[in-house]
Amino acid sequence: MKISENWLREWVNPDISSDDLVAQITMAGLEVDEVLPVASEFSGVVVGEIISADSHPNADKLQVCQVSDGADIFQVVCGAPNARAGIKIPFAKIGAVLGADFKIKKAKLRQIESFGMLCSASELGVSDENDGIMELPEAAKAGEDFRAFLSLDDQIIDVDLTPNRSDCLSLAGLAREVGVLNKVDLTPVNVVAGDVLIQDTFPVRVDAVDACPRYLGRVVRGVDVTAQTPLWMVEKLRRSGIRSIDPIVDVTNYVMLEFGQPMHAFDLENLSGSIVVRMAAAGEKIVLLDGQEVSLREDTLVIADDKAPLAIAGVMGGEGSGVSAETKDVFLESAFFAPISLAGKARSYGLHTDSSHRFERGVDATLQEKALERATALMLEISGGQAGPITHVVSEASLPDAAVVTLRRKKLDQYLAISIDKDLVTDILTRLGLEMLEVTDEAWVTKAPSHRFDIAIEADLIEEVARVYGYDNLPSSMPKAAVSFTPLSEGKTAIQTLRSILVSQGYQEAITYSFIDPNLSKQFLPHIEPVPLENPISADMGVMRPSLIPGLVKAYLYNQNRQQPRVRLFETGRRFIGSVDALDDLDQQQQISGLIAGVRNAEAWYHGSEKVDFYDLKAHVEALFELNDGGKPTYKRSECEFLHPGRSADIYVDSLFVGLMGELHPQLSKTLGTNQPVYVFDIALNAVLSATLPEYKVVSRFPEVRRDLALLVDRLVPVSELERVIVGSAGEGFKNVLVFDVYQGQGIDESKKSVALGLTWQHPSHTLSDEEVNNSVEQAVAALSEQLGAVVRG
Amino acid sequence: MENLKQILADALSAVAASDSESALDDVRVHYLGKKGALTALLKQLGNVSAEDRPKFGQMVNEAKDQVQGKITERKAGLVKAALNAKLATETIDISLSGKGQEVGGLHPVTRTMERIETFFRGIGFDVAAGPEIEDDYHNFEALNIPAHHPARAMQDTFYFNPTTVLRTHTSPVQVRTMEKTQPPIRIICPGRVYRCDSDQTHTPMFHQVEGLLIDENISFADLKGILQEFLNVFFEDDLKVRFRPSYFPFTEPSIEVDIMRTNSKGEESWLEVLGCGMVHPKVLEMSGIDSEKYTGFAFGMGVERFAMLRYKVDDLRMFFENDLRFLKQFK
Repeated sequence: MKISENWLREWVNPDISSDDLVAQITMAGLEVDEVLPVASEFSGVVVGEIISADSHPNADKLQVCQVSDGADIFQVVCGAPNARAGIKIPFAKIGAVLGADFKIKKAKLRQIESFGMLCSASELGVSDENDGIMELPEAAKAGEDFRAFLSLDDQIIDVDLTPNRSDCLSLAGLAREVGVLNKVDLTPVNVVAGDVLIQDTFPVRVDAVDACPRYLGRVVRGVDVTAQTPLWMVEKLRRSGIRSIDPIVDVTNYVMLEFGQPMHAFDLENLSGSIVVRMAAAGEKIVLLDGQEVSLREDTLVIADDKAPLAIAGVMGGEGSGVSAETKDVFLESAFFAPISLAGKARSYGLHTDSSHRFERGVDATLQEKALERATALMLEISGGQAGPITHVVSEASLPDAAVVTLRRKKLDQYLAISIDKDLVTDILTRLGLEMLEVTDEAWVTKAPSHRFDIAIEADLIEEVARVYGYDNLPSSMPKAAVSFTPLSEGKTAIQTLRSILVSQGYQEAITYSFIDPNLSKQFLPHIEPVPLENPISADMGVMRPSLIPGLVKAYLYNQNRQQPRVRLFETGRRFIGSVDALDDLDQQQQISGLIAGVRNAEAWYHGSEKVDFYDLKAHVEALFELNDGGKPTYKRSECEFLHPGRSADIYVDSLFVGLMGELHPQLSKTLGTNQPVYVFDIALNAVLSATLPEYKVVSRFPEVRRDLALLVDRLVPVSELERVIVGSAGEGFKNVLVFDVYQGQGIDESKKSVALGLTWQHPSHTLSDEEVNNSVEQAVAALSEQLGAVVRG
Repeated sequence: MENLKQILADALSAVAASDSESALDDVRVHYLGKKGALTALLKQLGNVSAEDRPKFGQMVNEAKDQVQGKITERKAGLVKAALNAKLATETIDISLSGKGQEVGGLHPVTRTMERIETFFRGIGFDVAAGPEIEDDYHNFEALNIPAHHPARAMQDTFYFNPTTVLRTHTSPVQVRTMEKTQPPIRIICPGRVYRCDSDQTHTPMFHQVEGLLIDENISFADLKGILQEFLNVFFEDDLKVRFRPSYFPFTEPSIEVDIMRTNSKGEESWLEVLGCGMVHPKVLEMSGIDSEKYTGFAFGMGVERFAMLRYKVDDLRMFFENDLRFLKQFK
């Protein structure tokens, strides 16, 4: 809400500077967005009168004017076509300064001397319009300083009001607030009912009484729509960001700014039969003031006549029924529409107007008559005419009740941790317009004023007292609470630890959007229907990601295209699989996912440019599971569509699928444009979050014995199988098996591979003899031969 | 006598002149060996008068000890010199980089979030999480934002259907916590949130940390105290802070917190960093908490805003480009 400071000070004029006023309003919860000058910077401009205007002897488009400043006559050459004898205009005299440094000097235009400049409205920054010089009203007095004439030493205060404070969407409301803050009384405009000179009325019927509990209307006959809206009103409207249209519309807008009551004027001649306030019939059409045709819904309140809807109530009028240049008689509407019935309606039609903004948030339900009287008086004054009696259609039962709210001293003190003086509290609440029904040492029983329909409960009053008292004046302390301790769990790995593990492996953490391109999703997971957004920000952010991998691959590509070929990225976050129709079953699991590509170590002096492979990735995955307690992971060949079928694994913990890893499918890689193999992992965060509570086992003091075995085994037998068989067969004191070489190729049957294993034994209670170890080795070799067809290499 | 002196002098200079262990060994044999010059002198002891014999013997032995001492000394010197020479050949360029994996880094948003979490964990808050696809009830209704409340227009919401949304704040986690737990409650809820808005200063996804403290006798003063302290600790500065009345449907009184910033020209201005307030009694009641017995406060902050201030990032969009040249600046 933009308002002129001068106008505000007409109503309430505390003895504080503009800056202080702005700071004060802001700190009362009515945040001032910005403060703007009402005109450009200029000086030395006065009201001038053109005495004569003759054509320039040497130029077709110029005129030579004789201009009076009330005392002397000056010759001014002017190019504006509307310059003519008899009009009053802003006159920048020699020495005037426009803008920051445009100084008016004596000049010669085509051999004719010119002493000053006649100004357009845009040159003075009082309007965007630039059609010729600005014409001032007849009554303007030549010689008067132009800034003083238009009271331009003013500023526009733009208040960003929160939705609860619609009572301040008017000059009256803001003034009331400033009055409270400064304990200054207001000097409001006095509104009195004007004389009713004609008895004409127009019938009004309200069908939707809950949506429209109060409808007031009156006929005004014989208005002159071509009359000029007075400059003071045009200026006040302009400073609130409203353009002058015609005197009737200007008056309704003016009253809306002044009191907060949106109004509407119909051309009486275009109304047929009666005004009917009703819900729209589904599909009913109306062409609105902005020219667009709208098909109405049944939940929409309309102002109609006997034939058709004339306006969407409280939102926008229709094209055919409004005031036009030919209008002679008007029907003025001043109504109260219930916020609940208008809420969201404007937006649902893609509209937002000053009127809908106010009605949705709430208008004082007792304001309508006052506003109508005020508008009538202004209208008669400006455009003439005669007013008929006011028609009231009121449904008392549907009008909002004034809330009776009790503020308890105990609660107030407890909330604010301070005891504010009783009289001060009473004064604050009274100035805010609350009626004191009863005041005791224990409580204030109050009745909220009709304009403060946001006040309904005790906390509302506490807020009001705190706000006016000043949040910065309230005490500050640290909460006192019993110290409580929760057991320090070692059964859970902190997510920070997991991140650290990856960071120490050279990963940078990424954060990618949770919504991705549906096409990308399909490329990775053709069989998963991703969850679509109804109103995505753009098509390529249309669905919720069913996996973090597409986003990471996109981030990889971004970096690949910026000469960053060595990439290690990880991300933690949710993926979304399922349907929003069954929200409880929707999988919104947290994942930890990563991507590596490029050389193993950053290119350096000590090694070649060997690229990462599956086993680099596996080391990182294993590191994540290192701290995991829920059983060690096992790996099975993956059938995941976006992974290389021969270089990918599904990860299981206790036969539960928890994730996958591997090389991005070469076909997909090619489609996406990666220029090297990309490896990814994607693991349920929960699977790596449980930790082992370490438990000490005796360290044997007897020596460790190691025997190495070189085995020939079928190429397709996984090494993990060899390990499994050894663990199950290597006898007492067996401790560990490690794989120290795997070889395929020359010297070995094509279908075989050679695997070199180191087995260690260590007995907790005695030194193992050679014989014992030899027996164990034999058992293991026998089992390997029997179960896997492995033979010891000779 | 003269002979002894000469031999000793020769022996010592021979030791000094030896530049290898073998040369030194030759010197030893030549003077101290069984047939060595000094040993020979001892053999001539018989030729010395009985009177002088002990003295001469002693002198020869002293000479032998002296030579032996010098040999030992010289030998140690040679060994050391040889080792030094060998080590010198092994000299490497210590300015070259180390071998192995360079260390990565956390995303600045995570880093900021962890700073915030650290403060609040330190004063007894637990960290709570919840779903990002939320129902209308938990994101709006339970927070005193009924359908068509103007506040809904304040938050541009992503919808899946009329009753399912992407959470616009992490407040639904607070609601879910209140539904399950009776006070005292002290939680913070960090996480991703979503608003249908995208321009220079808005991304459709961003991060929030919201907090909730509910107990008996929690007051506005506690809220001010904790948040002022938090801001000082987070920014490692004694900040000028102001508490400004505002409006949120789920708190009352509602507050926005501004901090005073000074730009490069030395101009001061207020910058909003936090929204907070006393939990609205209706919100407590809806989640089954007795608002007569308990009061509490809630607060929320945008993590990106804090990260931008802390690390002087001036382009919000950088946070989600995942450009390694950006990410690697946060090690």
